[in-house]
Parts: sequence; structure tokens; C-alpha cells
Amino acid sequence: MNELVFFINNVVIAGSVSGSIYAMGAVGVTLIFSIMRFAHFAHGDMMTFGAFMVLLLTTLFPQAGAAIGIPTPILLMPLAMALTAALAVGIDRTFYKPLRAHGVKPIVMVIASLGVTLMLQGLIRLFAGTGGSSLYVDDRKEIFRLPVPIESVRVPVVITEPQLYLFGLTILSVIGLHLFLSRSRLGKAMRAMSDNPDLAQASGINTNTIVAVTWMLAGGLAAIAGTLLSLDVTFKPDLSFFLLLPIFAAAIVGGVGHPFGAIAGGFVVGFAESLAVFNWSVLLRPFRDSLPEWLELPANLAFVGTEYKIVVPFFILVAILVWRPTGIFKGKVIT
Amino acid sequence: MPLLDARDVYGGYGGMNILNGVDMAIEATEVGVIVGPNGAGKSTMLKAIFGLLSVNQGEILLNGETIHNLPPNKLVQRGMGFVPQEHNVFPSMTVQENLEMGAYLKPDNIKRMLERVYEFFPPLKEKRHQPAGELSGGQRQMVAMGRALMPEPDLLLLDEPTAGLSPLYMNEIFERVKEVNAAGVGILMVEQNAKQALAIADKGFVLAAGQNRFTDTGAALLADPDVAKSFLGG
Repeated sequence: MNELVFFINNVVIAGSVSGSIYAMGAVGVTLIFSIMRFAHFAHGDMMTFGAFMVLLLTTLFPQAGAAIGIPTPILLMPLAMALTAALAVGIDRTFYKPLRAHGVKPIVMVIASLGVTLMLQGLIRLFAGTGGSSLYVDDRKEIFRLPVPIESVRVPVVITEPQLYLFGLTILSVIGLHLFLSRSRLGKAMRAMSDNPDLAQASGINTNTIVAVTWMLAGGLAAIAGTLLSLDVTFKPDLSFFLLLPIFAAAIVGGVGHPFGAIAGGFVVGFAESLAVFNWSVLLRPFRDSLPEWLELPANLAFVGTEYKIVVPFFILVAILVWRPTGIFKGKVIT
Repeated sequence: MPLLDARDVYGGYGGMNILNGVDMAIEATEVGVIVGPNGAGKSTMLKAIFGLLSVNQGEILLNGETIHNLPPNKLVQRGMGFVPQEHNVFPSMTVQENLEMGAYLKPDNIKRMLERVYEFFPPLKEKRHQPAGELSGGQRQMVAMGRALMPEPDLLLLDEPTAGLSPLYMNEIFERVKEVNAAGVGILMVEQNAKQALAIADKGFVLAAGQNRFTDTGAALLADPDVAKSFLGG
């Protein structure tokens, strides 16, 4: 039973954590693609920027959370979301909008977003330094060890406070996004523009407003994901290098242009990663006696080493592009 | 005062003129039909009226006000609706959501106009929760017309509404067009099925090479041997 708890900690919880983070990033990538038809490579850095804003605000007001009893970084996150949304709209106005107005090919936009990636990373390094830093300035990261009420089990289920916030906020974001896209006038207009931009314009939908709303949504979600990831691990200016591949893999697995596909894709990639790095010999160990003698159980039996985790989304990406290029739900990659 | 009054319109894509001085006027109570050979500038004229390409010379009046070179969304506000020939629905959205998008600028209309559109096109009511992309060609055309009717336009522009439809559906669409017109909406449509379209036309415009060749009532054009010989296939 100890082994099962070990599995829960290392696969179920770890997979849900990465899954939630990838899902929120991938939703942004997919929304931007469906409205503006280009792959936004600077999205990982928008996530880093959100976390950086939280770091900045927490350093400025380290005591803010103590008054209400929630961690300061979490309390200040809505503000960081607003700032990241504003940054996203600002970047669009300065860099992408003039290109769109010229009617450039999508690849030009992709290259421009690579430029934005480098610029944002440089900017963050300038202020936050090149090393890692903790988003907890005055607070301490709460770690919950939940004992399992079975006698033989000694290993507790371990979950951290930011992980709990992450799960809660992911569920809220998914419900909120669903209601926004299916009920609100603006959300429906967004889907209309994704379906048929010319007809949307002919119906009187202001496409500039929709573009701005898309950036705000994508920026806000990126800030949540970036912050909670940095809270759970640590804040680094080059966080995006570890995020970009998984979130694009997630968006493509789900079918580009499909917000809920992107969420599903995020969890597929997250769980695939944690299953691939999981040491399976732990689960086999209890059956050691019943295994044939010639089969010796190695100490570590994982598909890939933890340090090579990034190959998993890469493999998924290649596999999906070869066998099902439109993703789980039929997306807009190839129409 | 005519509902739509286009006078001596020159226009096209970029600097090139496809329309070389077209005149066209219809009243609010009329169905106007534009026919003519391929490349005559029929659809171009419709797009010029709806602000989708530049009018280089001449003027277009709607209810007595100049409207040429206004963007499409302004024209929707001023009472014009346009149904493109292709890509005229939002395929992943339900029929009802498609219709709601038509009333995007007039959200107060939604409840009342949904009822009216469903009265005009009863098949749509049954399928209102189905994605428009899954409907047949004829029903899709109904969705497209319904969407354009949602903001209660004075004038509805239809670009080849029966293209690619079976004769059965063609007649059904023409029936609906007549009903919509009877409800007080002026209609101007481009048609390939010239004989059938002229049969329901109060006014017909025969275009060729970007100019008016014949303008008369639909019945008179059908009876004119010159028109029949050159444009209606004998």
C-alpha cells in the first residue's frame, strides 16, 4: 500500500500539477491561434512575466497577506494578472498589430513573437537576475502531509499549499471559460470570429475588441499558471524554455483552436510526463517474490530519466503530428 | 425616394474598375434581381453596395443618405443586411447562436426577432441547437438569411442564394425571399438561375461588362426577345 501512495504522490498529484499548468498555458495559445491565426511563441514568457510581477509586488508588500491570512503571493496574483493582461495587450498594439495591418504571413508573426520572447526574457533578467528566487518572501510554503487511514501505510499523501490553489483555480478557470464562451455576448462573438472572421465583421462585431479580449484572457491565465508554478517550484527567468514545448504539444494534442481540447491536451501531456519518469520498479517490488528468478528487478525502472522529461512532450508532439494532425478534437491545424 | 439608389457607380479591387458606371434603384417594397453573364460585375456590384470594395466614382444612397465607402458594420447599423454566397454561417456555432450573432449590434432584438426568423424558416426552429456546419446547403442558406434579418434591415442583399441548391430548395428559397419582401424588407439579389429569379423580380437589372444593358420589370425582361436571346439562353 505504501507503493500505491508513492504512485499517487508521484503520478496523480504531480501529473495534475503539470497538467493544470500546461492546460492554462495551452488555452492561451489556442485562443490566440483561433483569433489571430499564428503560433504565439512568447506565451511561455508571458507566464514568466506574470510570476515576475508577483515577485515584484510581493517584494514591495511582503506583509500584505498576513492581515487576511492567505499567502501574500496569492493575494497579489489578481493584480499581477491584470498587469500581465495589460502587457499582452500592449505587446499586441506595439508589435503584432502593425504587422497584422500589413497583412503579413503567419510565419512573420511567429518570428516576431520569438523576438518578443527574447525581449521579455532580457527584461525579466535585468530586474530579477539570472538565478532562481522564491516567491515566498515573508511567508512559508505550507506542505500538508495527509496520513492514510490504513494501518500498514506509513507514507503520507503529500500536497503543498500552492498545489491546492492551483487545482482550485484551474477548476474555476475552466468553468469560467466555459460560461464566458457559451453564454456571454463577447464570448460568443469570439467564437464567431474564430469560425469566420469576415462574416463576424459583416455582423458588426468589432474585431479589435475581440483581439484585445483574447490577449487579456490569455495573459491572465498565463499569469495564474506562471505564478503557481513558481510558487510550487521556484521562479526562474528562463522558465519558459521548460514550458513552451509542453504547452504547444498540449494545444496540438487537443486540436488547435479548441479551448477545451487544449485543457484535455494539457492533462494528457502532464500525466504522460509523470508516468514516463515514474520509477515503475516501486510498484513491482511487492510482487518481487512471485517474479521468475532470472528477472532481477532494477533499482530504477523509468521510461526516461527525470532530467530528460522534456522529451516526453516532444515525442507526443511528433506522434500526434504523424498519426492525428488535427488533434483529439478536430482542430484547425489542417482543414 | 427609393430605398437604394446607386448612380453611375465605378469601382473594383485596387485601382482596377470592374464596374463602369452602373445605375440601380429599388423601392422598399420591391425585389430587385441582378442577372448577367459571368464576369459582368454582378457580385462586385453587391459588394460595392455593402462597402466590401472601394467605389471610385459615382454615389450610392440608402434612404437618401450617401453610404458608399462606409465600412460594413456601419452599414449594418444603417439598415443593410448582406448574405455572402459562400462561408455565410459560423459552422461550429449552433443555429440559434448564428442568429444571435446577426443581432450583435442590436441585442434587444434577439428575443423578438428569433421568433420571427423561426416563423419565416420553420426548419431552423427544430435544428436550433445543432451546429450550423452540420446542416444541408439549403438550411445553411436559411441560417445565413436569418442571421442577416436579425437586426431588422430595410434592405437585404443576397449573393446567389440558390447557388448549388437542388431545384426543390431553389424554389423554397425564392418563396422565402418573397415572404421576407412582403414583410417590408427590400431585396436585391444576384442570381445565376436568371429565369426563375426574374419571375419573382419587381425589377431586373441585366449587367454586362460592368454596365447596365437592360433595366425593366422582371416580367418585361423575361418577355423581351433581345434579353432572352443574349442572356437567358434563348
